[in-house]
Amino acid sequence: MIRLMMALLLLALPAWAQEDTARFGTGATVLTLRSTTDIAIVRPAIERFVATNPDLSVAYEQWGSNDLFADSRAACDGEHAPADAVLSSAVQHMVWLVNAACAQPYQSPATDSLPDTRRWRNELWGLTEEPAVIIYNRRIIADADVPRSRFALLDLMRAPPDALVGRIATYDIGASGLGYLFAHADSLEATTFGAMLEGFARVDAVATCCSAEIIEGVASGRYHIAYNVLGSYVAGDMDRDVGVILPEDYTLILSRSYMIPRGAAHPQAAARLLDFLLSAQAQEILAEAGLVMTRDLVETALGASGRRVIALSPALLVALDRNRRAQLFALWDNAFRTERGP
Amino acid sequence: MTRRGAPPSLAARVVGAVLTILLVGGVLVSASTWLNGRQAARQAYDRVLLGAAQDIAESIRVLDGAPFVDLPVSAFELLAQAPDDRIYYAVRGPRGGLVTGLYDAPVDGDDRPPGVDPVYFDGALQGEAARFVQVTRRFAERSFSGAVTVTVGQTTHARQAMALDLMLDALVPMIAAGVALMVMSYFVLRSAVAPLLALSDGLARRDPYDLTPMQTEGLPRELQVMIDAMNRFMGRLDRQVEAMRNLISDTAHQLRTPVAAIRVQAESIQESDDTTASAKAMERLLARTRSLGRLLDQLLSRALVIHRTDSAPRVALDLREVALDMIDRRDHELLAPGVEVTLEIGEEPVRVMADDFSVGQATKNLLFNALKHGAPPVAIGTEVRGSEAAIWVQDAGPGPDPAVSARLGQRFERSTASQEDSAGLGLSIVAAVATALGGRVEMGPRDGGFRIALVLPLAPETTK
Repeated sequence: MIRLMMALLLLALPAWAQEDTARFGTGATVLTLRSTTDIAIVRPAIERFVATNPDLSVAYEQWGSNDLFADSRAACDGEHAPADAVLSSAVQHMVWLVNAACAQPYQSPATDSLPDTRRWRNELWGLTEEPAVIIYNRRIIADADVPRSRFALLDLMRAPPDALVGRIATYDIGASGLGYLFAHADSLEATTFGAMLEGFARVDAVATCCSAEIIEGVASGRYHIAYNVLGSYVAGDMDRDVGVILPEDYTLILSRSYMIPRGAAHPQAAARLLDFLLSAQAQEILAEAGLVMTRDLVETALGASGRRVIALSPALLVALDRNRRAQLFALWDNAFRTERGP
Repeated sequence: MTRRGAPPSLAARVVGAVLTILLVGGVLVSASTWLNGRQAARQAYDRVLLGAAQDIAESIRVLDGAPFVDLPVSAFELLAQAPDDRIYYAVRGPRGGLVTGLYDAPVDGDDRPPGVDPVYFDGALQGEAARFVQVTRRFAERSFSGAVTVTVGQTTHARQAMALDLMLDALVPMIAAGVALMVMSYFVLRSAVAPLLALSDGLARRDPYDLTPMQTEGLPRELQVMIDAMNRFMGRLDRQVEAMRNLISDTAHQLRTPVAAIRVQAESIQESDDTTASAKAMERLLARTRSLGRLLDQLLSRALVIHRTDSAPRVALDLREVALDMIDRRDHELLAPGVEVTLEIGEEPVRVMADDFSVGQATKNLLFNALKHGAPPVAIGTEVRGSEAAIWVQDAGPGPDPAVSARLGQRFERSTASQEDSAGLGLSIVAAVATALGGRVEMGPRDGGFRIALVLPLAPETTK
């Protein structure tokens, strides 16, 4: 009996991979949206959507990015029914899924107006513009010591004050698809990446899982500095003690991407949600939540050359290449000395 | 001119032909530009594929006794030249084991043995047409040796789009040229057909009894030939109609008097009781009818001569034979018994191009006139004078009254004084023959007699 229950539990496991769920609206048609975005952040936008589309309701499922990728692949292979829409910050996963013909096309004036870097094959669309930032605790780090670029951070780590040891955090690239994507983008972007990993090693940096945890750590003073945190989460929390830096040498800009899986039960509803999320109204709501960089932020803090948009293109397939992953993980593990199973 | 159910007009035919040529040409050109475009797109994107594959092959290293790929982003940026195409790549070791790649399972056709040259092949990526290239890199290291194959593939959206673009780029100017050709051919055709239309209009408006020649000025050469032929035909028709009209009026005119005379004489016989007088009248009546018969003969022969001048072919004719024939037939012995007719011809042939019947009739009339109105002896002969030939009849008499010869050749050449057996009609036949054959009639005193001759141009030597 217990065995049977265990087996059932194991079978049900993928469904447990979702971290949180929420239900918006009361419409008859239920649109299943699987996303890596925290419910709290997108709540206003989705609520507005179901308010203007009373015939729809949205079943929102919040997933970890790697689990969501595994789930989408399984759905694409026909193992279970796919979601009606998938929204993920781990865009390399989305590119892989589109390249594997797991998505269906859709075209509208709203999607056509997207720049090329935020659209691929009319099957994948970037909804947001979010910078990868360095955050720090304002109480602990003096204004003069704030590292405004990677070089400054490197210098800081080269001769680290004892206080910094164990106090620098970043995403664990094994646990977070987004963290892996940023690390991959950094490795392509500049030679500073290798030095950065050495620096992390020197200060005994902490690689940890989730945005919320990192920001909370910085706010509480457990971490002094965190590198490559998605700026939107910080803005969403609006903690007064947390300072945000757009690195001046270059700032990665991520666009959360949206796709409609092939075989989705309600593709029209998913397309309506897409058009809504791209509308000026929804973009305004998303900007309030920090998911879309406001223009003055872009113009004041970053020169044009500093903006590195992670484009939705097949080049992101490189990020998922097994040899390259192995290489990156080898470097990473060397720096963070974490033990990893085979 | 024909309006319904009619065969297509010349313009329609030419327009149809031009359209057909343009259409067939257009289809051929489209097909060829499509093939060319496809070829060009295939070559261009095959190079992209090959570049990416070689880029990846370059990045293979041997690490700890196994091949290791430091996958270059540049290869994928190269493949992203086809922005909407999905990608496949796989790097396989010596025994087909996957070194790295998108999927574990190979695509169809990715199981060929490693070769030296890059191999292209067509296949499918998740059910969509795709093109692949496989390149091989061989390693001979201490720790690893063998061939590593790199297969890179891509769906074919960009190729098709490029082929279509190339085709349209080539076709648009060609379509413009085709339209320009159509417009030009329309105007050319219109100007070419314009004289024809004017001509057919003129013909349509023409009075069916109008046999005057058509204007040929300003017409194209081809049409002039046609119109000239038509004008010649109409001229002949006109002359024949005229001749017929003349024949009828002549005949009526010529016959009215003798027929009236015959009637009067017949009535007088009927009313007379005197047998001797009626026998005498009967004799006169007989003579009248005989004369009437000859007159009819002459009228017929004149009509025939005039008819033949237009229709009978000209043949080479020796005038000596005509004269000889005249003597041999001995018709003159019936007309004037006892009168000697001598023949004066030379050794050399006297050749003309003529209709032998007409010339025979003319000669016969000359001879009969001489026998009837002249004085014996009568001679008939031929001669050559420079570029002209002549057949003549001479008698010993003084010749006709000068007033008669002045009016020679007119149709009613028969003085009221003369008998019904008409010399005038005979001479008019001679004159008609002369005119038709491009010659003339000469008459005048000669060697104490009177000679009348039909002079015709000598046949060219070449015509035997």
